[in-house]
Amino acid sequence: MLLEVQGLNAFYGDAQALFNVSLQLRAGEVVGVLGANGAGKSTLMKSLTGLVAVDKGAIRLRQQPIGGMPPGEIVKHGVALVPEGRRLFPSMTVEENLMMGGYSKRPGRWNKHAIFELFPILEEKRSQPATSLSGGQQQMVAIGRALMSNPDVLLCDEISLGLAPVVIKDIYESLPDICSDGMSVVVVEQDVIVAQQCSARLYCLQEGRVSLEGTSDALTRDQISEAYFGI
Amino acid sequence: MTVHTQHINMTRTPLPILPISLGVLFLGTAITMPFWGQAYWLHEFVNISCFFIFAMMWNLLAGYGGMVSVGQQAFFGLGGYFVLAMGNLAGVSPFIGIPLAAILTAIMALPLSKLAFRLNGGYFAIGTWVIAEVVRLTVANISIVGGGSGTSLTAFRGVDRVFRQHMTYWIALTCVVATVALILLFLRSKQGLALQAIRDSEVAASSQGVDVIRMKLAVYVVAALGCGLAGALYFASNLRISPDAAFSVNWTAFAIFIVMIGGVGRIEGPIIGTFVFWLINHYLSDYGTWYLIGLGGLAIVMSLYMKDGLAGFIHRKTGKDFLSIKRIYRSK
Amino acid sequence: MLETIIQGILLGGLYCIFALGLSLMFGVMRLTNIALGDQIIISGFIAIGMATVLGFNVLWIGLLLLPIAYISGFCFQGWVLNRTLSKDPLPSLVVTFGLSIVIQNTLQMVFGANPRSLDVGSLSTAGVELSPSLTVGVLPLIIFVSAIVCTFGLQWLFAHTAIGRSFRAVSDDREVAELMGLSAKRVFATATGLAFCLIALAGWFQGMRTTVSPSDGPSLLLFAFEAVIIGGMGSFWGTFLGAMVLGVTQQVGFHYDPGWGIWFGHLVFIVVLFIKPNGLFPKTKG
Repeated sequence: MLLEVQGLNAFYGDAQALFNVSLQLRAGEVVGVLGANGAGKSTLMKSLTGLVAVDKGAIRLRQQPIGGMPPGEIVKHGVALVPEGRRLFPSMTVEENLMMGGYSKRPGRWNKHAIFELFPILEEKRSQPATSLSGGQQQMVAIGRALMSNPDVLLCDEISLGLAPVVIKDIYESLPDICSDGMSVVVVEQDVIVAQQCSARLYCLQEGRVSLEGTSDALTRDQISEAYFGI
Repeated sequence: MTVHTQHINMTRTPLPILPISLGVLFLGTAITMPFWGQAYWLHEFVNISCFFIFAMMWNLLAGYGGMVSVGQQAFFGLGGYFVLAMGNLAGVSPFIGIPLAAILTAIMALPLSKLAFRLNGGYFAIGTWVIAEVVRLTVANISIVGGGSGTSLTAFRGVDRVFRQHMTYWIALTCVVATVALILLFLRSKQGLALQAIRDSEVAASSQGVDVIRMKLAVYVVAALGCGLAGALYFASNLRISPDAAFSVNWTAFAIFIVMIGGVGRIEGPIIGTFVFWLINHYLSDYGTWYLIGLGGLAIVMSLYMKDGLAGFIHRKTGKDFLSIKRIYRSK
Repeated sequence: MLETIIQGILLGGLYCIFALGLSLMFGVMRLTNIALGDQIIISGFIAIGMATVLGFNVLWIGLLLLPIAYISGFCFQGWVLNRTLSKDPLPSLVVTFGLSIVIQNTLQMVFGANPRSLDVGSLSTAGVELSPSLTVGVLPLIIFVSAIVCTFGLQWLFAHTAIGRSFRAVSDDREVAELMGLSAKRVFATATGLAFCLIALAGWFQGMRTTVSPSDGPSLLLFAFEAVIIGGMGSFWGTFLGAMVLGVTQQVGFHYDPGWGIWFGHLVFIVVLFIKPNGLFPKTKG
């Protein structure tokens, strides 16, 4: 098991946002996490990357506890996040944003050239301010920036949010290529269809608890709706 | 999910007994003091009152309004100079001049706010300091009020000394009581709640329909009024004014010290802080530079290790606020 | 008049070095260092102290001052100021304001109230003749060139180096910067270390060019601040030009009436703040 979350409790401010959440991720696997607004998806991502304080033993990467480590340590262990809302550095160009992603200097196949090969449009716009790009292109920069740290686990927080369906399709089509060398991906989504199509297994979160888990193909729409909305 | 319907009833916390009895004790002592106290006690009380009112205003501005100013001495000095100018040049009795000077200072704050409000956060702080310096340099170049070396208040000539001291004392006492009462009432009012909402989040407050700019302007002007009052009182009591003394940044430094020691953003903060300041000032001010190094150092230590001051410390230990402005939401 | 303007531009060079230190700390961590002026003055006194006690040459003192300044800045940020950083500007303002009072009174106690200066021998009177009627001092010229070098250096550092990128990253979005593996606290400490180098340089120059006395600090802070606002926040060349405008205005004011020079500088600041709150040379996007 590459990443193992066991009985995770986390707080957002004073309120408890996650209750006893467990989740497994195998090497080379794409796992989807579904849930409505406020279900705790983002808090889960923040817990995994050290932005939210959690118990040490609740999160294990290759059997090693990484819960509660500072974000800078976790990225060195090989977990990278594409944050919700992209959050590119507005004062930087596309290329500089990518360079920041490589700050941890983890070795691996991803470097600027590999990113430009994956998203050729970015090479064209490499010296433009990152925030001057279209939404879809900005999302590519955000994904590229996370890949630059050569993670073993890539966490994608709502990368489809605010993008046109065509663009979403484009971005998700790059996933198999990204995973081709055994990298694992956690895809957090509000969009059920997108999540079900790209993932091997699914977890549903509802009010901070795992309400459903299973193989993506085997789960029916009704099961997911129930776990998603609680109806 | 089921929706519970709750009748929410909002009440203000009842006025607590302990502070009220302490307040009555204080008032009883203070009101009778001219009949049994010594003259220099009265003088010292007036001086400390000025520090207290000034610190209350700094607390209102920084602790509740979120506007950290290092230039409140502008209004302190203006208050003093208005009393002096009205007394010496127009023959207005300083007893009437003190409230008038406070009002004039508040009017001056309106145009000055236009400048200060163009800056935010830390740069607001230095901006207010520049404004205070401009006022100081301008006043220092007006020869009719004594120029750079300052002048004395001559309007009291011919007024009986004891009468003057007692009158000044009564005015100071009235101002102290009025300041505490008005700030307490204000913070417990709807506007006071809005102000605290702004401090917590300007964006959220304005989305709830709070007119942030107006509210901040109101606080800035009220703070100027109070600082002008303190300055007018101080120089009417001390009879001598100069630009360097009136517009010294030390006034704000003392206010910051008082508020940080007592507890910033707490109404009882300046009260406790002034008491501590008075003790330190009374017993240690002879040590000059050491005394000032100590005050600066203590302010640093407080903001690093005890951000909510002595009032906050007491609150954490006992769970009690001396003067509560909180509202309690009770469901029936 | 030409001479006054040139004197003003040279004075602006000194103000530019004051202002860069303020600008750097505000730019990277939104931190307003109220003790800036007093830190400049204490650097001047330390330089004078080293000259008297150790008998070093002025140049050696400058070279010795910079690493000391960097380390003190790094530690001051790491141990003290990092604890005060939050959305609320109050704690950092109170800490730096308190420090300002501590520095002023400590200097008062150790050195007394008299102004002192750093002896530079013949350099203080050396001049370059631009025309038969116009001579400018070598020392002010050196300071002016240093200001250009510092401005250019900072601009280059921010735009083209990894340190500069890390400064921009924590300033843009601290949380995401930490996700990339940066330690924001370390980056902040580096920035303050660098700002203290500029402060030490400013104090060294101030001690050579004129005098330092314990109570001078606040006015230096105000000049630095005015230069930043006149020039427009967020651009080092803007700060440089703002310092020039301030220097020239003050010098013209002094020329007209010595009592009004500083006041005249403040006035220009107020007019700019009122008419162009983003400064005369705002940063253009893109």
